[in-house]
Amino acid sequence: MNIKFDDPNRPNSYIGRTVPRPNAGRLVAGKGRYVDDITLPRMVHVAFLRCPHAHAKIGEIDTEEARAQKGVLGIFTARDLAQVCTPWEGKLAHLEGMKTPPQSALAIDRATWAGEPVVAVVARTRAEAEAAAALVIVDFEPLPAVTDMRSALDKDTPVLHPQFDDNLCFRKENATATPQKAFDGAHTVVESEFKIGRHTGVTLEPRVIIADWNGGEGELTAHVSNQAPHMLQVLLAKHMGIPESRVRVICGDVGGSFGVKVHVYPDEVATAAIAKIMGRPVKFCADRLESFTSDIHARDHEATGRIAVDESGKILGFDVDDWTGIGPYSIYPRTSAVEGLQVTNLIGGPYDFEHYRVRSTTVFQNKGICAQYRAVGHPVAVAITEGLVDMAAAEMGIDPIEFRRRNVIRDDAYPVTTAAGLKLEGLSHEKSLDALVEAMDYDVLRAEQADLRKRGIHRGIGIASFIELTNPSPFMYGIGGARISAQDGCTVRMDPDGSVVVLTGVTEQGQGTEAIMAQIVAEAVGIRPDMVRVVTGDTRVTPFGGGTWASRGAGIGGEAALKAGRALRDQILGIAASMLQAKAEGLDIRDGQIVDAASGEDRLPLEELGRVVYFRGDTLPKDLSRELMQTRHYITSDYPYAFTNGVQASYVEVDTETGFVKLLKHWCVEDCGRIINPQLVDEQIRGGIVQGIGGALFEEIVYDDEGQIQNGSMADYLVPMSGEMPDMVIRHVETPTQESELGAKGAGEAGTAGAPAAVMNAINDAIRPLGGQVTRMPFTPERVLRALGTLKD
Amino acid sequence: MKAQVGGYARAEDMAHAIRLLADAEGMGRVLAGGQSLVAALNMGLSFGDLLVDITGLSDLRGVREEDDRLVIGALMRHADVATDPLIARHVPLLAQAAPLIAHEAIRNRGTIGGSLAHADPAAEFPACAVALDAVIRLTGPDGEREVAATDFFRDVFETEMREGEILTGIVVPKTQAGERHVIREAARRAGDYAIAGLAVVIRGGAHRIAAFGTGPTPLLCTVAMERLDAGDVDGAVSALSDALDPPSDTQGSAAYRRHLAGVLLHRIATELGEDV
Repeated sequence: MNIKFDDPNRPNSYIGRTVPRPNAGRLVAGKGRYVDDITLPRMVHVAFLRCPHAHAKIGEIDTEEARAQKGVLGIFTARDLAQVCTPWEGKLAHLEGMKTPPQSALAIDRATWAGEPVVAVVARTRAEAEAAAALVIVDFEPLPAVTDMRSALDKDTPVLHPQFDDNLCFRKENATATPQKAFDGAHTVVESEFKIGRHTGVTLEPRVIIADWNGGEGELTAHVSNQAPHMLQVLLAKHMGIPESRVRVICGDVGGSFGVKVHVYPDEVATAAIAKIMGRPVKFCADRLESFTSDIHARDHEATGRIAVDESGKILGFDVDDWTGIGPYSIYPRTSAVEGLQVTNLIGGPYDFEHYRVRSTTVFQNKGICAQYRAVGHPVAVAITEGLVDMAAAEMGIDPIEFRRRNVIRDDAYPVTTAAGLKLEGLSHEKSLDALVEAMDYDVLRAEQADLRKRGIHRGIGIASFIELTNPSPFMYGIGGARISAQDGCTVRMDPDGSVVVLTGVTEQGQGTEAIMAQIVAEAVGIRPDMVRVVTGDTRVTPFGGGTWASRGAGIGGEAALKAGRALRDQILGIAASMLQAKAEGLDIRDGQIVDAASGEDRLPLEELGRVVYFRGDTLPKDLSRELMQTRHYITSDYPYAFTNGVQASYVEVDTETGFVKLLKHWCVEDCGRIINPQLVDEQIRGGIVQGIGGALFEEIVYDDEGQIQNGSMADYLVPMSGEMPDMVIRHVETPTQESELGAKGAGEAGTAGAPAAVMNAINDAIRPLGGQVTRMPFTPERVLRALGTLKD
Repeated sequence: MKAQVGGYARAEDMAHAIRLLADAEGMGRVLAGGQSLVAALNMGLSFGDLLVDITGLSDLRGVREEDDRLVIGALMRHADVATDPLIARHVPLLAQAAPLIAHEAIRNRGTIGGSLAHADPAAEFPACAVALDAVIRLTGPDGEREVAATDFFRDVFETEMREGEILTGIVVPKTQAGERHVIREAARRAGDYAIAGLAVVIRGGAHRIAAFGTGPTPLLCTVAMERLDAGDVDGAVSALSDALDPPSDTQGSAAYRRHLAGVLLHRIATELGEDV
């Protein structure tokens, strides 16, 4: 029996409703349990001496004075940890030509970025460990640092890794049709440079791990703030030579992750290795300052892009040369090549055009490692694409909404394979544009803008259409040999009173996974959501799964939950049919009662069925199956990814004397397929927009030429704050994926994907009549003023 | 990082506090609201300090009138300054400045004395003190003394305070008839330290302009003040630009800060009805 999602009056209609989050009360009451809240018997603390230079040879390490300090229990260097832990390489086999050197838990002989852990000091308290680490003397011999991405491949630039010929990590070119010809013959060609700053995730809860080695069991338990517990389990097992069954990764409450916590970090692996050596629990908690130098960074792209358009305003093609510098190592196990790779896939994503050429170059440098962070590659590709689209529309005197209407892939054209080679199942650009125009009252807003312009008030409207990659299949990582699971699983178990425990392989980072799983299972089984208890983040008990990344939780984990819930329902009805001497097809479960499906008449409470199955099983037929615990796994297979789409708009006012940009309002229409919980989706979009605005206006890790971070603190690295955020209007179009019964696609990254481009286009719409244009993010007041020519020296 | 503190003592009265500081042999640090000091300790910028907690010294709280002057106790929190009726009536500049300082949680703890003693070049209260021609009151082993705000700030985080002294309050002349106070600043996010800011007082027809966030200390911009007294706004903006030697950092270059200060001065002049 399929669920009639279109009927809001159907029984147990929890999918599609704003149901309160089951964990909200606990978290608001301060009863969350984060890793830092855990204290284990005999637990000790590790602090790391990190390389102060961007690039340095490591000479003699003198630990004598540090060892003599009060409370110090052990000091470890790379060679000590190499006994229990092997190095790793962040490579994927399907990324042809990619290279990266082996990376170890602590730097061996040479440190390659300011912040790389070199020596680990263990003491009774973190304070003692830090004080002793300050007394370790390392003979660093500074080496030349590679910091500029554009010249990283030049002949006279030092090669960072001696085993390689150059500083190239990965290069990808993606071309279709005849871009050169298309550009040569085009009516209008617009070209621009773009820069997206280097960001970092700044999770409210920092990275933290407590590793506990039980020598008697030969077992490692890691309590860790992470978004992919099974991945970490498998990789710790692999590099520490322990069977996977004897590595248990537990992720309790996680205070935000955004991709920061989906990677293997040397300091966390070192903590696990030290726990094994010392045979006692060891805790590492990154403090805010070391987060800036040791958490992954992201973006940091510079690109030159061109768009070719014919006389009717039809896009002929895109031609983009994109560069990114990713630090000294490719991240493990996902690689640092994916952001550049996504740019080669996503340029021009919403549009119907023929000619395509995108080259992305990923180089090594002596800075923090860049890796996957919310909306990998999307904000870069969308900024380039939508920046060029708006510039072309302006050049041709076509309204940007009208220009997009002429060029987006038609809603009735699907399935479509794009010029970049992406397979799209079903998107709704036209409907989304219609909904946006209506939500904005676009014509009225344009009239207001024109009226204010006459009075010297410079406002701008920026539009950004986008596509978002969600529900990834093994085509993303698995085929490259990475032990990253694209499938996910869910186990549901009915307890005697008819309540249900759900074990899921996707994780809760604060985004509401537990809420939607409860809704899905409640509807699938036929009980109230408050009768469902969801368990996440424990590799010992949950089905093997991928965790939370690439907006996969709802679409993949949710479908597994739906299937498991339906299987439990079928099992319950099979038993009920036997008990009631009825046909299972004639029964249904509604609000915890087994009812007659046709009349809705109560037949048997679930708790009575539970009592009989669990305590008086002797009264049931001997061969009746009675598995009130069901597990289902789900993997996408028809499409490599379930793409979603949407369009955002930003309304800004630019102070042309100070360069300050005031965000007046923001709109997003997005289509994530079936919506499970409208409020959670809206808040995902809003949070994503805020993160996108951060990149557009505020966030940028600034390095000097020597590879030192200039703004590595919360006072200097500006994260977006609520005071500067505009009101956001969120609207939805629902085009469910046909691949699953649930029909859900991801919603976690749409906001971040489109917001920077929308804000950029809005600023440019405001200052274009004054001869200004900005394309280097973040758009600081000073950059805006310089674009206006007000500030020259 | 974990703060590495040498010790903590809670002063029972002023004499006790002075004695604790003297006994600390140069390692004593006065702890009031802790909104800058504790952050500095947590960032490892200072360690081994003996913290002398003066929050129990109730004499340092409150505001009182002394003839034509207002004495504001060092322990008045930013939130208190923002709402105190005497300050609102007699020194509106401080009441205007308080909400610009950081965020509510910080304003609920941070004190005016702490802000003046810390002497952050981008902080609002030091610039206000200079613009108001206020006097800073100090108590030390040798008794009380007063230092003019214009002489008090020496360099980044450096003041005329001597070893073992405690800043007890700020003495401000009450507003005269027709006096005007304005403070304007530009920060990329509400609550951030200003990229540039100006505190302006017009007293007896004469302007006093203190710039902050634009150099090592709040700067009294005397030439710009004269130009403004003469009704020459453009000349004042130009003089201000000449007078400032701001730092460049990731929030803005020196050139941008100079420009911004000029825009702020122009806007303040317009607001005060002096634009021509």
